[in-house]
Amino acid sequence: MKYTEEHEWLRVEDDLVVVGITAHAAEQLGDVVFVELPDVGTTVSKDDEIVVIESVKAASDILAPLDGEIVEVNEALVDAPGTVNEDPTGAGWFFKMKVEDLSALDDLMDDAGYKDFIG
Amino acid sequence: MSDLRRTALYDLHVELGGKMVPFAGYEMPVHYAAGVMKEHLHCRARAGLFDVSHMGQVLVRAESGDGADAAQALEALVPVDLLGLKEGRQRYAMFTSEQGGILDDLMVANRGDHLFLVVNATCKTADIAHLRAHLRGCEITEVTDRALLALQGPEAGRVLSAHVPVAGMRFMDVAVLESDFGPLWVSRSGYTGEDGFEISVAEPRAEAFCRALLADGAVAPIGLGARDSLRLEAGLCLYGSDIDITTSPVEAGLAWAIQKARRGGGAREGGFPGAARVLKDLADGPARLRVGLAPQTRAPMRAGTPLFEAEIGGAPIGEVTSGAFGPTVEAPVSMGYVPAALAAEGTVLFGDVRGRRLPAKVVRLPFKTATYKR
Repeated sequence: MKYTEEHEWLRVEDDLVVVGITAHAAEQLGDVVFVELPDVGTTVSKDDEIVVIESVKAASDILAPLDGEIVEVNEALVDAPGTVNEDPTGAGWFFKMKVEDLSALDDLMDDAGYKDFIG
Repeated sequence: MSDLRRTALYDLHVELGGKMVPFAGYEMPVHYAAGVMKEHLHCRARAGLFDVSHMGQVLVRAESGDGADAAQALEALVPVDLLGLKEGRQRYAMFTSEQGGILDDLMVANRGDHLFLVVNATCKTADIAHLRAHLRGCEITEVTDRALLALQGPEAGRVLSAHVPVAGMRFMDVAVLESDFGPLWVSRSGYTGEDGFEISVAEPRAEAFCRALLADGAVAPIGLGARDSLRLEAGLCLYGSDIDITTSPVEAGLAWAIQKARRGGGAREGGFPGAARVLKDLADGPARLRVGLAPQTRAPMRAGTPLFEAEIGGAPIGEVTSGAFGPTVEAPVSMGYVPAALAAEGTVLFGDVRGRRLPAKVVRLPFKTATYKR
């Protein structure tokens, strides 16, 4: 698993990059009550705001971690946004994207790096 | 954080896992380990304990020693019938401005030879100065050595009965009751829409009292986050958001708090700051009204969301003043001001959420029916 400084995790499955937010981020946000996902087929650039999540506290944006195309979104979150808190790194994933070059992930933090990052 | 004050319960909040945040000049728990959603639901299902010691507690005594003189004096600052308030009862009131806006909302209790007021934390310094400047012949004392707690929820009465005899109290009754924790100033009221109590206890005994309440398995500590979502579902105003110096009590839907005696044709008509505007709003109906708004998608419409009459075009007709997800109604809930012509139940308006106009229906408040013990 790889991590961004925006507290997203990325995992490669079948040559696609699965993206969600970390347990640390989910805990900081508090109970998630609303998730707005991008349309499948959207071409995104790194740092585009592509997901809106609202917790009991506030709204936040999830940024595209890499350039690529959204090929699948986790529709189950629309009706069950609390999944993001219950299982942030599993069933609480947000979207899958196709990226040109998977080696772009090499620049991101690994487990140890992220652990240091959140102190 | 160095300038922030702490309540007598600060150490207990930290021990209970409270996430402390600055609020109204105090370090207060926004939530505990359970989180806002679970705390909210727990309060509605069983009982929640809140530290509201940041709020102002004020005693108003007439120099004559007659409680009626204090009530009469205070009527000059609020549009509420206080001479008609019986001993052992409390009423909701608001300090009005000369323009008929709201300077603060408060509770006024008749405790026989004096009045006991509970005012908002953010306003308390200004309120006390206001009282001292305008209440001639009265002594105004801020109570600074007592904590204030709220115990709210269906099991609150059972839990508190183990310490003081409250079973006979009904909604808005007040009493001073002896307990193992010294005299408790109890009112059967609160700000969640649930049956419950607000309890003032001497600071040195406050933590022990809280621990005794928390020892009952029904009681969980509740932070400011859930306090806000509970009062919003109950359709209650938050000063500074839903009401302020620009809103008249009538626009705010608080005309119920203005008794007959203070209205046009009443025994003591007017006689409070801004009476001209308030009485005119009562007689003619206000130009705008606070309404409940049920967003028709899952997206919460938070404070500041501009409201429109149509999905496309036009200028904003109003604004959301409070909005969040309502854990009990399991849907987003908002309140805001709209022109009177658009305030009818069922009217569909549109709120601009991140550049998109999403529908919201005007609904009757509260979102969650109150369960007060009347």
